[in-house]
Amino acid sequence: MSVTISHAEPSIAGVGDYIELMKPRVMSLVVFTALVGMLVAPGRLHPVIGFVALLCIAVGAGAAGALNMWYDADIDGRMARTAARPIPAGRIAPGEALAFGLTLAAFSVVLLGLIVNIVAAALLATTIAFYVLVYTMWLKRRTPQNIVIGGAAGALPPMIGWAAATGGISIEPVLLFLIIFFWTPPHFWALSLYRADDYARAGVPMLSVVAGPAATRLQILGYALILPPLGILPWLLGYTGAVYGAVAAAAGAAFLLLALRLHGEQRGFVASKQLFAFSILYLFLVFAALLADHMSSALFGHFAA
Amino acid sequence: MTVSTLMTEEKPDRGIKLTERQTRARRARSIAIAVALGVLVVLFYIVTLVKGPAVLVRPL
Repeated sequence: MSVTISHAEPSIAGVGDYIELMKPRVMSLVVFTALVGMLVAPGRLHPVIGFVALLCIAVGAGAAGALNMWYDADIDGRMARTAARPIPAGRIAPGEALAFGLTLAAFSVVLLGLIVNIVAAALLATTIAFYVLVYTMWLKRRTPQNIVIGGAAGALPPMIGWAAATGGISIEPVLLFLIIFFWTPPHFWALSLYRADDYARAGVPMLSVVAGPAATRLQILGYALILPPLGILPWLLGYTGAVYGAVAAAAGAAFLLLALRLHGEQRGFVASKQLFAFSILYLFLVFAALLADHMSSALFGHFAA
Repeated sequence: MTVSTLMTEEKPDRGIKLTERQTRARRARSIAIAVALGVLVVLFYIVTLVKGPAVLVRPL
Protein backbone atom coordinates (compact mmCIF):
# COMPACT_ATOMS: atom_id res chain seq x y z
CA MET A 1 0.00 0.00 0.00
CA SER A 2 1.41 3.35 -0.89
CA VAL A 3 0.55 6.55 0.82
CA THR A 4 0.66 9.74 -1.17
CA ILE A 5 1.07 12.94 0.75
CA SER A 6 0.09 15.94 -1.28
CA HIS A 7 1.01 19.42 -0.27
CA ALA A 8 -1.54 22.04 -1.16
CA GLU A 9 -0.23 25.15 -2.84
CA PRO A 10 0.24 27.91 -0.22
CA SER A 11 -2.82 30.11 -0.14
CA ILE A 12 -3.03 33.37 -2.04
CA ALA A 13 -6.36 34.25 -0.42
CA GLY A 14 -6.48 37.82 0.79
CA VAL A 15 -8.71 39.26 3.49
CA GLY A 16 -11.14 40.44 0.79
CA ASP A 17 -11.63 36.86 -0.40
CA TYR A 18 -12.79 35.78 3.06
CA ILE A 19 -15.09 38.79 3.25
CA GLU A 20 -16.51 37.84 -0.18
CA LEU A 21 -17.08 34.32 1.18
CA MET A 22 -19.45 35.86 3.74
CA LYS A 23 -21.68 37.39 1.01
CA PRO A 24 -21.51 40.97 2.31
CA ARG A 25 -24.47 42.23 0.23
CA VAL A 26 -26.79 39.56 1.59
CA MET A 27 -25.32 40.21 5.03
CA SER A 28 -26.15 43.93 4.81
CA LEU A 29 -29.84 43.14 4.15
CA VAL A 30 -29.84 40.63 7.00
CA VAL A 31 -28.30 43.17 9.39
CA PHE A 32 -30.73 45.89 8.32
CA THR A 33 -33.87 43.76 8.79
CA ALA A 34 -32.53 42.38 12.10
CA LEU A 35 -31.77 45.94 13.28
CA VAL A 36 -35.32 47.04 12.48
CA GLY A 37 -36.73 43.98 14.28
CA MET A 38 -34.57 44.83 17.29
CA LEU A 39 -35.43 48.54 17.38
CA VAL A 40 -39.20 48.22 16.95
CA ALA A 41 -39.38 45.57 19.70
CA PRO A 42 -40.80 46.76 23.01
CA GLY A 43 -37.85 45.65 25.16
CA ARG A 44 -34.97 47.94 26.11
CA LEU A 45 -31.59 46.62 25.09
CA HIS A 46 -28.30 48.20 26.15
CA PRO A 47 -26.62 49.64 23.01
CA VAL A 48 -23.48 47.54 23.55
CA ILE A 49 -25.51 44.33 23.91
CA GLY A 50 -27.56 45.38 20.87
CA PHE A 51 -24.32 45.89 18.92
CA VAL A 52 -23.08 42.44 19.96
CA ALA A 53 -26.41 40.92 18.89
CA LEU A 54 -26.13 42.55 15.46
CA LEU A 55 -22.49 41.49 15.15
CA CYS A 56 -23.44 37.89 15.94
CA ILE A 57 -26.32 37.97 13.44
CA ALA A 58 -24.00 39.43 10.77
CA VAL A 59 -21.28 36.85 11.44
CA GLY A 60 -23.88 34.05 11.54
CA ALA A 61 -25.21 35.18 8.15
CA GLY A 62 -21.63 35.30 6.87
CA ALA A 63 -21.05 31.76 8.14
CA ALA A 64 -24.14 30.55 6.29
CA GLY A 65 -22.87 32.29 3.13
CA ALA A 66 -19.43 30.67 3.45
CA LEU A 67 -20.93 27.20 3.97
CA ASN A 68 -23.23 27.78 0.98
CA MET A 69 -20.24 28.72 -1.20
CA TRP A 70 -18.34 25.66 0.06
CA TYR A 71 -21.15 23.28 -0.90
CA ASP A 72 -22.09 25.03 -4.16
CA ALA A 73 -18.53 25.56 -5.47
CA ASP A 74 -19.15 23.12 -8.35
CA ILE A 75 -22.29 24.85 -9.66
CA ASP A 76 -20.88 28.32 -8.90
CA GLY A 77 -18.01 27.52 -11.28
CA ARG A 78 -20.48 26.83 -14.11
CA MET A 79 -22.43 30.07 -13.74
CA ALA A 80 -21.16 33.37 -15.17
CA ARG A 81 -22.61 35.30 -12.20
CA THR A 82 -20.71 33.23 -9.61
CA ALA A 83 -17.67 31.84 -11.44
CA ALA A 84 -15.36 34.50 -9.97
CA ARG A 85 -16.24 33.58 -6.36
CA PRO A 86 -13.19 32.68 -4.24
CA ILE A 87 -13.58 28.86 -4.32
CA PRO A 88 -14.34 28.25 -8.03
CA ALA A 89 -11.71 30.86 -8.93
CA GLY A 90 -9.16 28.84 -6.91
CA ARG A 91 -8.24 31.52 -4.38
CA ILE A 92 -9.64 29.65 -1.37
CA ALA A 93 -9.54 25.86 -0.93
CA PRO A 94 -12.95 24.23 -0.20
CA GLY A 95 -11.71 22.84 3.12
CA GLU A 96 -10.62 26.30 4.25
CA ALA A 97 -14.07 27.72 3.45
CA LEU A 98 -15.74 24.86 5.33
CA ALA A 99 -13.58 25.40 8.43
CA PHE A 100 -14.10 29.18 8.19
CA GLY A 101 -17.89 28.80 7.95
CA LEU A 102 -18.20 26.24 10.75
CA THR A 103 -16.00 28.29 13.08
CA LEU A 104 -17.97 31.48 12.47
CA ALA A 105 -21.29 29.67 12.84
CA ALA A 106 -20.37 28.10 16.18
CA PHE A 107 -18.79 31.31 17.44
CA SER A 108 -21.72 33.57 16.53
CA VAL A 109 -24.38 31.27 18.01
CA VAL A 110 -22.50 30.62 21.27
CA LEU A 111 -21.66 34.31 21.72
CA LEU A 112 -25.27 35.36 21.07
CA GLY A 113 -26.47 32.79 23.62
CA LEU A 114 -23.98 33.80 26.29
CA ILE A 115 -24.16 37.58 25.90
CA VAL A 116 -27.72 38.24 24.67
CA ASN A 117 -30.22 35.41 25.19
CA ILE A 118 -30.87 31.80 24.35
CA VAL A 119 -33.99 32.38 22.21
CA ALA A 120 -32.09 34.67 19.81
CA ALA A 121 -29.20 32.16 19.70
CA ALA A 122 -31.56 29.28 18.94
CA LEU A 123 -33.17 31.29 16.13
CA LEU A 124 -29.76 32.17 14.67
CA ALA A 125 -28.71 28.51 14.79
CA THR A 126 -31.99 27.58 13.09
CA THR A 127 -31.40 30.21 10.39
CA ILE A 128 -27.90 28.96 9.61
CA ALA A 129 -28.96 25.30 9.68
CA PHE A 130 -32.01 25.99 7.51
CA TYR A 131 -30.01 27.91 4.90
CA VAL A 132 -27.18 25.37 4.71
CA LEU A 133 -28.91 22.03 5.31
CA VAL A 134 -32.44 22.59 4.03
CA TYR A 135 -31.93 25.16 1.24
CA THR A 136 -28.36 24.59 0.00
CA MET A 137 -27.91 20.85 0.50
CA TRP A 138 -31.44 19.53 0.16
CA LEU A 139 -33.73 21.75 -1.91
CA LYS A 140 -31.60 23.90 -4.23
CA ARG A 141 -30.69 21.11 -6.69
CA ARG A 142 -33.92 19.14 -6.33
CA THR A 143 -36.99 21.34 -6.70
CA PRO A 144 -38.10 24.60 -8.34
CA GLN A 145 -39.69 25.44 -4.98
CA ASN A 146 -36.16 25.69 -3.54
CA ILE A 147 -36.23 29.43 -2.87
CA VAL A 148 -39.85 29.39 -1.70
CA ILE A 149 -39.10 27.10 1.23
CA GLY A 150 -35.46 28.17 1.58
CA GLY A 151 -36.65 31.77 1.79
CA ALA A 152 -37.58 31.11 5.41
CA ALA A 153 -33.89 31.39 6.31
CA GLY A 154 -33.69 34.91 4.88
CA ALA A 155 -36.94 35.88 6.60
CA LEU A 156 -35.82 34.97 10.12
CA PRO A 157 -33.39 37.88 10.91
CA PRO A 158 -36.11 40.37 12.07
CA MET A 159 -37.34 37.66 14.44
CA ILE A 160 -33.80 37.19 15.77
CA GLY A 161 -33.51 40.95 16.32
CA TRP A 162 -36.88 41.01 18.10
CA ALA A 163 -35.94 38.00 20.23
CA ALA A 164 -32.60 39.65 21.12
CA ALA A 165 -34.51 42.67 22.50
CA THR A 166 -37.38 40.86 24.21
CA GLY A 167 -36.23 37.30 24.84
CA GLY A 168 -39.30 35.96 23.02
CA ILE A 169 -41.41 36.11 19.86
CA SER A 170 -44.85 37.62 19.22
CA ILE A 171 -47.18 38.37 16.29
CA GLU A 172 -45.31 41.51 15.04
CA PRO A 173 -42.02 39.77 14.16
CA VAL A 174 -44.04 36.95 12.59
CA LEU A 175 -45.58 39.57 10.27
CA LEU A 176 -42.09 40.81 9.36
CA PHE A 177 -41.10 37.20 8.71
CA LEU A 178 -44.09 36.74 6.40
CA ILE A 179 -43.30 39.93 4.44
CA ILE A 180 -39.77 38.73 3.64
CA PHE A 181 -40.96 35.15 3.08
CA PHE A 182 -43.47 36.20 0.41
CA TRP A 183 -41.06 38.79 -1.02
CA THR A 184 -38.32 36.19 -1.68
CA PRO A 185 -39.88 34.16 -4.55
CA PRO A 186 -40.73 37.11 -6.86
CA HIS A 187 -37.33 38.67 -6.05
CA PHE A 188 -35.32 35.58 -7.06
CA TRP A 189 -37.60 34.49 -9.87
CA ALA A 190 -37.29 37.93 -11.49
CA LEU A 191 -33.51 37.39 -11.41
CA SER A 192 -33.83 33.82 -12.66
CA LEU A 193 -35.79 34.98 -15.72
CA TYR A 194 -32.79 36.80 -17.17
CA ARG A 195 -30.27 34.30 -15.75
CA ALA A 196 -32.13 31.19 -16.88
CA ASP A 197 -29.26 30.06 -19.16
CA ASP A 198 -26.85 30.29 -16.26
CA TYR A 199 -29.07 28.19 -13.98
CA ALA A 200 -29.72 25.64 -16.76
CA ARG A 201 -25.97 25.28 -17.38
CA ALA A 202 -25.41 24.66 -13.68
CA GLY A 203 -28.28 22.19 -13.49
CA VAL A 204 -30.18 24.20 -10.86
CA PRO A 205 -33.93 23.56 -11.33
CA MET A 206 -35.08 27.17 -11.00
CA LEU A 207 -38.71 27.73 -11.93
CA SER A 208 -37.74 29.64 -15.09
CA VAL A 209 -35.67 26.62 -16.23
CA VAL A 210 -38.12 23.88 -15.30
CA ALA A 211 -41.50 25.50 -16.01
CA GLY A 212 -40.47 28.22 -18.48
CA PRO A 213 -40.72 32.04 -18.47
CA ALA A 214 -44.54 32.25 -18.84
CA ALA A 215 -45.25 30.06 -15.79
CA THR A 216 -42.60 31.96 -13.82
CA ARG A 217 -44.17 35.33 -14.67
CA LEU A 218 -47.57 34.00 -13.60
CA GLN A 219 -46.22 32.75 -10.26
CA ILE A 220 -44.42 36.07 -9.70
CA LEU A 221 -47.76 37.82 -10.24
CA GLY A 222 -49.38 35.49 -7.71
CA TYR A 223 -46.84 36.41 -5.05
CA ALA A 224 -47.07 40.09 -6.05
CA LEU A 225 -50.79 39.92 -5.26
CA ILE A 226 -50.14 38.51 -1.78
CA LEU A 227 -47.19 40.75 -0.83
CA PRO A 228 -48.79 44.26 -0.83
CA PRO A 229 -51.65 43.32 1.56
CA LEU A 230 -49.10 41.57 3.81
CA GLY A 231 -46.97 44.73 3.70
CA ILE A 232 -49.76 46.91 5.08
CA LEU A 233 -50.94 44.32 7.63
CA PRO A 234 -48.79 45.75 10.48
CA TRP A 235 -50.67 49.05 9.99
CA LEU A 236 -54.11 47.39 9.60
CA LEU A 237 -53.55 45.48 12.84
CA GLY A 238 -52.62 48.70 14.62
CA TYR A 239 -48.94 47.98 15.23
CA THR A 240 -47.76 50.99 13.21
CA GLY A 241 -48.92 54.49 12.28
CA ALA A 242 -50.38 55.81 9.02
CA VAL A 243 -46.94 56.86 7.68
CA TYR A 244 -45.87 53.25 7.52
CA GLY A 245 -49.23 52.25 6.03
CA ALA A 246 -48.92 54.87 3.27
CA VAL A 247 -45.34 53.91 2.36
CA ALA A 248 -46.10 50.17 2.42
CA ALA A 249 -49.26 50.70 0.29
CA ALA A 250 -47.44 52.86 -2.30
CA ALA A 251 -44.45 50.48 -2.49
CA GLY A 252 -46.80 47.49 -2.72
CA ALA A 253 -48.76 49.12 -5.54
CA ALA A 254 -45.54 49.79 -7.46
CA PHE A 255 -44.45 46.17 -6.90
CA LEU A 256 -47.76 44.88 -8.25
CA LEU A 257 -47.61 47.23 -11.22
CA LEU A 258 -44.12 46.02 -12.16
CA ALA A 259 -45.23 42.38 -11.76
CA LEU A 260 -48.21 43.07 -14.07
CA ARG A 261 -45.89 44.67 -16.62
CA LEU A 262 -43.59 41.63 -16.34
CA HIS A 263 -46.55 39.31 -16.85
CA GLY A 264 -47.34 41.09 -20.09
CA GLU A 265 -43.73 41.09 -21.34
CA GLN A 266 -43.38 38.73 -24.28
CA ARG A 267 -39.68 39.13 -25.03
CA GLY A 268 -36.63 40.77 -23.54
CA PHE A 269 -35.80 41.16 -19.89
CA VAL A 270 -36.43 44.84 -19.18
CA ALA A 271 -39.42 44.21 -16.92
CA SER A 272 -37.75 41.35 -15.02
CA LYS A 273 -34.64 43.48 -14.38
CA GLN A 274 -36.85 46.36 -13.24
CA LEU A 275 -38.81 44.14 -10.86
CA PHE A 276 -35.62 42.58 -9.46
CA ALA A 277 -34.11 46.02 -8.80
CA PHE A 278 -37.34 47.40 -7.34
CA SER A 279 -37.85 44.36 -5.10
CA ILE A 280 -34.68 45.30 -3.19
CA LEU A 281 -35.91 48.89 -2.89
CA TYR A 282 -39.34 47.61 -1.76
CA LEU A 283 -37.91 45.65 1.17
CA PHE A 284 -35.70 48.57 2.15
CA LEU A 285 -38.62 51.04 1.97
CA VAL A 286 -40.97 48.87 4.02
CA PHE A 287 -38.45 48.24 6.79
CA ALA A 288 -37.13 51.82 6.78
CA ALA A 289 -40.72 53.10 7.04
CA LEU A 290 -41.36 50.73 9.92
CA LEU A 291 -38.31 52.06 11.71
CA ALA A 292 -39.15 55.72 10.96
CA ASP A 293 -42.73 55.19 12.11
CA HIS A 294 -41.58 53.61 15.36
CA MET A 295 -38.96 56.30 15.99
CA SER A 296 -41.39 59.15 15.31
CA SER A 297 -44.10 57.72 17.59
CA ALA A 298 -41.48 57.13 20.32
CA LEU A 299 -40.29 60.73 19.92
CA PHE A 300 -43.84 62.16 20.04
CA GLY A 301 -44.62 59.96 23.00
CA HIS A 302 -41.54 61.27 24.76
CA PHE A 303 -42.50 64.92 24.20
CA ALA A 304 -46.15 64.32 25.03
CA ALA A 305 -45.23 62.71 28.37
CA MET B 1 35.09 14.77 7.46
CA THR B 2 35.81 17.04 10.40
CA VAL B 3 33.28 18.50 12.78
CA SER B 4 33.86 22.01 11.49
CA THR B 5 33.15 20.88 7.93
CA LEU B 6 29.88 19.29 9.08
CA MET B 7 28.82 22.48 10.81
CA THR B 8 29.53 24.73 7.89
CA GLU B 9 28.11 22.42 5.22
CA GLU B 10 24.87 23.85 3.84
CA LYS B 11 21.94 21.51 3.52
CA PRO B 12 19.79 21.86 0.43
CA ASP B 13 16.65 23.82 1.32
CA ARG B 14 13.72 21.59 0.43
CA GLY B 15 11.01 23.62 2.20
CA ILE B 16 8.20 25.48 0.52
CA LYS B 17 9.31 28.84 -0.80
CA LEU B 18 6.51 31.37 -0.75
CA THR B 19 6.16 33.68 -3.68
CA GLU B 20 5.94 37.42 -3.14
CA ARG B 21 2.15 37.29 -3.61
CA GLN B 22 1.73 34.39 -1.16
CA THR B 23 3.84 36.18 1.46
CA ARG B 24 1.82 39.36 1.11
CA ALA B 25 -1.48 37.42 1.34
CA ARG B 26 -0.30 35.54 4.44
CA ARG B 27 0.79 38.77 6.11
CA ALA B 28 -2.57 40.41 5.36
CA ARG B 29 -4.43 37.38 6.79
CA SER B 30 -2.25 37.40 9.91
CA ILE B 31 -2.93 41.10 10.48
CA ALA B 32 -6.68 40.56 10.00
CA ILE B 33 -6.69 37.71 12.55
CA ALA B 34 -4.73 39.87 15.02
CA VAL B 35 -7.15 42.78 14.57
CA ALA B 36 -10.17 40.46 14.99
CA LEU B 37 -8.70 39.01 18.21
CA GLY B 38 -7.91 42.51 19.51
CA VAL B 39 -11.47 43.67 18.78
CA LEU B 40 -12.86 40.62 20.60
CA VAL B 41 -10.69 41.31 23.67
CA VAL B 42 -11.97 44.90 23.82
CA LEU B 43 -15.56 43.76 23.16
CA PHE B 44 -15.50 41.14 25.93
CA TYR B 45 -14.04 43.70 28.32
CA ILE B 46 -16.77 46.26 27.54
CA VAL B 47 -19.53 43.61 27.70
CA THR B 48 -18.25 42.52 31.13
CA LEU B 49 -18.42 46.14 32.33
CA VAL B 50 -21.90 46.64 30.87
CA LYS B 51 -23.38 43.44 32.27
CA GLY B 52 -21.63 43.77 35.62
CA PRO B 53 -22.27 40.83 37.95
CA ALA B 54 -24.99 39.68 35.56
CA VAL B 55 -22.24 38.48 33.24
CA LEU B 56 -22.13 35.34 35.43
CA VAL B 57 -25.87 34.72 35.06
CA ARG B 58 -26.36 32.14 32.36
CA PRO B 59 -29.87 31.59 31.03
CA LEU B 60 -28.84 28.11 29.86
